[in-house]
Amino acid sequence: MEKEILENGLNHNRRKFLSRLSLGIGSAALGSLLIPDLFTGKKEAEDSLMRALPHFAPKAKRIIYLFQNGAPSQLETFDYKPLLQKNFGEELPESIRMGQRLTGMTAGQKSFPLVGSYFEFNQYGQSRAWISSLFPHLASVVDDLCIVKSMHTEAINHDPALTFFQTGAQVGNRPSMGSWLSYGLGSENENLPAFCVLLSRGKGNGQGVYSKLWSNGFLDAKHQGVQFSNSEDPVLYLSDPHGMSRDQRRKMLDQIAAMNDLSYQEFNDPQITAKVQQYEMAFRMQTAVPEITDVTKESDSIIKLYGPDCLVPGTYAANCLLARKLSENGVRFVQLYHQGWDAHDNLPNQMIGQAKDVDQASAALITDLKQRGLLDETLVIWGGEFGRTNYCQGKIAPENYGRDHHPRAFSIFMAGGGVKSGIVYGETDDFGYNIVENPVHVHDFQATVLHLMGIDHEKLTYKHLGRRYRLTDVHGNVVKDLIA
Amino acid sequence: MTISKNSFLTFSSFLLLLLGACRNESSAPIGLADGDQISYNFHIRPILSDKCFACHGPDANKREADLRLDTEEGAFAALKESPGKFALVSGRPNESEVYHRITSEDPGELMPPPESNLSLTAQEIELIKRWIEQGAKYEPHWAFMKIEKPSLPETDWGTNEIDRFIFSKMSQKGLEPNKEADSYSLIKRACLDLTGLPPSPEILEAYAGFPEGHSYEDLIDELLNQPAYGEKMAILWLDISRYSDSYGYQDDNIRTQWPYRDWLIHAFNKNMPYDQFLTWQLAGDLLPNPTKEQILATAFNRNHKYTEEGGVIPEEYRIEYVLDKTNTFSKGILGITMECAQCHDHKYDPISQKEYYELFAFFNNSKEKGFEGDVSQSKPAKSPILWVEREDLDGILSFINHQDTSRLSISVMGELEGEEKRTTFILDRGVYDAPTIPVEVSTPKSILEFPENFEKNRLGLAKWATEKENPLTSRVFVNLVWQEIFGRGIVKSAGDFGMQGDLPTHPELLNWLAADFMENGWDIKRLHKQIMLSSTYRQSASLSKKHLEIDPDNYYLARAPRLRLPAENIQDLVLASSGLLVREIGGPSIKPYQPSGLWEAATSGRGVLATYVQDKGEKLYRRGIYNFIKLTVPPPKAIIFDSSNRDRCEITRNRTNTPLQALVMLNDPMVLEASRVLSTKLSEKYKDHESAIEEAFKRIVCREMKSSERSLILDYYESELEEFQANPEKSKQILDVGEYPMNPEAITPENAALMQVIVSLYNLEETITKS
Repeated sequence: MEKEILENGLNHNRRKFLSRLSLGIGSAALGSLLIPDLFTGKKEAEDSLMRALPHFAPKAKRIIYLFQNGAPSQLETFDYKPLLQKNFGEELPESIRMGQRLTGMTAGQKSFPLVGSYFEFNQYGQSRAWISSLFPHLASVVDDLCIVKSMHTEAINHDPALTFFQTGAQVGNRPSMGSWLSYGLGSENENLPAFCVLLSRGKGNGQGVYSKLWSNGFLDAKHQGVQFSNSEDPVLYLSDPHGMSRDQRRKMLDQIAAMNDLSYQEFNDPQITAKVQQYEMAFRMQTAVPEITDVTKESDSIIKLYGPDCLVPGTYAANCLLARKLSENGVRFVQLYHQGWDAHDNLPNQMIGQAKDVDQASAALITDLKQRGLLDETLVIWGGEFGRTNYCQGKIAPENYGRDHHPRAFSIFMAGGGVKSGIVYGETDDFGYNIVENPVHVHDFQATVLHLMGIDHEKLTYKHLGRRYRLTDVHGNVVKDLIA
Repeated sequence: MTISKNSFLTFSSFLLLLLGACRNESSAPIGLADGDQISYNFHIRPILSDKCFACHGPDANKREADLRLDTEEGAFAALKESPGKFALVSGRPNESEVYHRITSEDPGELMPPPESNLSLTAQEIELIKRWIEQGAKYEPHWAFMKIEKPSLPETDWGTNEIDRFIFSKMSQKGLEPNKEADSYSLIKRACLDLTGLPPSPEILEAYAGFPEGHSYEDLIDELLNQPAYGEKMAILWLDISRYSDSYGYQDDNIRTQWPYRDWLIHAFNKNMPYDQFLTWQLAGDLLPNPTKEQILATAFNRNHKYTEEGGVIPEEYRIEYVLDKTNTFSKGILGITMECAQCHDHKYDPISQKEYYELFAFFNNSKEKGFEGDVSQSKPAKSPILWVEREDLDGILSFINHQDTSRLSISVMGELEGEEKRTTFILDRGVYDAPTIPVEVSTPKSILEFPENFEKNRLGLAKWATEKENPLTSRVFVNLVWQEIFGRGIVKSAGDFGMQGDLPTHPELLNWLAADFMENGWDIKRLHKQIMLSSTYRQSASLSKKHLEIDPDNYYLARAPRLRLPAENIQDLVLASSGLLVREIGGPSIKPYQPSGLWEAATSGRGVLATYVQDKGEKLYRRGIYNFIKLTVPPPKAIIFDSSNRDRCEITRNRTNTPLQALVMLNDPMVLEASRVLSTKLSEKYKDHESAIEEAFKRIVCREMKSSERSLILDYYESELEEFQANPEKSKQILDVGEYPMNPEAITPENAALMQVIVSLYNLEETITKS
């Protein structure tokens, strides 16, 4: 009711102003269209490829990316290697390692003893996929998953590897995947950002996240990921100050708009209009965002599905639930990061805690999307920045060991959004060290994700300082076998 | 995209028709600027570079059909794969294979090939045809040609030389200059451009109408001599030198590079000539008997990120740091983006991979390590280190604002000697562990050959960069100064003067300014004054219908630009106008109000920056330049208002307009506290709210209120007053913001209403716009 009053109670002047201004912007844009500009490099056909977006019918409309930051071990999740358990403590054969580089943390080790998973594996579902006992909930939705066991990357340290996954380059200030999608496809909801970021941290060894991972790089700032926080303001500076009613806020915006109108009469600058429109969108966001982030109205069955943690702001479970709500309200790309997977030592214990954080809520998200009929159009991605070594870092015992970084083979999964369900793709050798079948490079993965969204990764480009940039740099092939 | 060429041509013809119908004679249908002569540099090369050079350009490894179109010899040579045919035949498009292929109907022949996702427009094809008809003459790339001072256009408008060039160009476009802006506008504009601060009511008072003894030129002189000038100028250079207060990468611990920032402010304030300014930063440590000040300046090369992640391969990161130094030098000082040549010959610019590593070699002999231990062993500087003692602070380094007795350490440059010197190799695909051929230091020949007699180290490089024959350094810098004042450089792509960069809108003016700058001792303050005294600068900013039709983006400057202030200066404006600003220069960076939980959500949990500990007292009211920059979580407001995240060298900021910016201005405690403090001060000073509003307006908007504005504001005040009178407890709530002490007697509905008025003034578009 209050909302209605606010929206209908628009000050007459402001309404007149807005309508007049939108006309003004229209004519300004037309003006620039008519002047072929030799200096901006924008010629009439420039961006014609961009204008054709999406390039073909999309399978997915939205993405929820559950990034497992710090790199979960593939050997305790989806890549079952009984040989490592059998050959516990034996040296990694040189014929497998083949002199490939190691990080500075284990390069000095005299010995590279093999170590198998402390956790047992079983096969599940119609796909008979192997999943470790740490992930019973994910095992229960295994026939919705598209597990890729043959991911590989180029970086061996966290920062460059994360940056590579999110921006397509290990260094540099490039736009992240969510920014590219916001740029290419825009937003489905004009009251919400197209690209939202949610952070959480487990008890395991953490590696930090960096705001450049959701940076717009050289794209317009409106494509920047908006970080939602767990404090009182879900979006920075969203709440009005104490003592100020919505009615007063409305009046202040009307006052500002009326004053800006006088300024517009003097300068005729379309920027002034644009400013007023941004204030209006800010006002709408102030209502829309708290409505969406409010989980108190969720049913008991939903709370039960995600687990009690989903009521604790800032947890992975709460973020999964929030991700579903943002996504179903049209947010193009929701990016989660959950820290704590960097188990250089004490891996079994750390894994138990991390798996407990994410297993139920990850599975719940898939189930929840499915029951709402949204899974088909929402691509869910789960995975880290690289894998972990099959040999032990530091002291070795069957129940207590560590694993170093391993970029040559690791596992992720996807679900919904046009990927095949209930399949396992790619294979590693019996040592889980090298890929022996269907390798998927990070750029291939990125090309495939864009493809699912209806985008040809070679055509989504942005010209900056003389070069056309792409998410996939100059690489990447769509992995057709993953697409339903 | 598949669009048949016929329909494409039809669409273009339609556009041409539209153009013919809507535009006046000022531009021919194909968009030519001056007459009918087609220029290789201005019309043809941008097309060839963008659409052809990737396969027929400088990169020998990617060259197709052994055809090279970026050089005259290559383009006129007989085609290797089609004997008897030629890519270009002067005067004869129909005999030129280039023209044949770009107009071919056969997808197998068509250039660019459809699979490249590139295509030529009808307009571009027409330009190429006419260029061939006119003889297909090549020219050297404009930015690599020696800077020569052109003669001045004959015009009768303006104050100084700048105006002649500007007026002559705008006349060609059918535009006339705006009249001079009123004195209030000019005062605000000049203050913001030279000091980043709004004019105080006293300055406004003294210079209003520019009376005898307080001329516009007097104002410029006064501003150039204020210490705030150096603070304003330093911001751009902090972006270029990717300055930050932390090491970046995962644990992102604190470091001490801020004395370098204090030096920058000092150098700008004492008007150090630009050639010396560069030399000290590039190679201060290599000057004969270098002073600590000269060594401090070399921190320029050490501001890049530095890893403290356990387990890295040190050489991988050492190489990364050298690449960063090389790229910063080439982008920030030469205005050339060379990163491409790190992995392969540049596809567009005549810079080979070998030349890239020859430049890289200048920076490859620093005594720097790739890794000095993880975050548990973190120190505020990494070797080589400059130690600053008390006696230095009392002497040559007195500009460093260091209050306590501890020694300071700063990461600077220091060169390996003799046996220790490293050999530089070309790195295959730019990878640290794939060295191929050894190279010696040198500079790209297409820009300027490295003279035999120069030192083969960074000092030689500095001499080469500041050599009068160098075609780039001066052009790039005057363009940056122009960009800061007019919002866009004469070359819009200020960091790319190469083949793919934008062309100068006023090439003769750029040359004139660059030559004049060098002739006058690389004098930065003189350059500022020259630009600001021009009539071009002094025009009013109002837009006419004609402006919007002919030049909506204001390339031809027939009006002053209207530009939103940079993030730092928005903070400065709010604090200064409210009277809260603390005018202390330099010192350790400060941590102002910031929404809670940002650092904590993103940290690994290690290092002293894992949690944000906000500063107290006066530190909350310092200028924006002093805000602490933690690389992995840069200050949120700065990012929302388009600042560089300081991850790499940046020389142009975007200027966007988003709802998040509106939320900051409406709800940020800094804005609200400033409003509360100012309203309280004015409530105490004046008996009546009208006078209080009068002064607030003048402080914030920097001019007199108009009567139409007055009545709007007074109505708004009354309605807010009613609201607070009806709900007195809300006055207390709204006034309860910020840590600045509050007089309990000032908690009144009147004060609350006045505060709301002030918040609304801070949120006016005009307030944070330079116009």
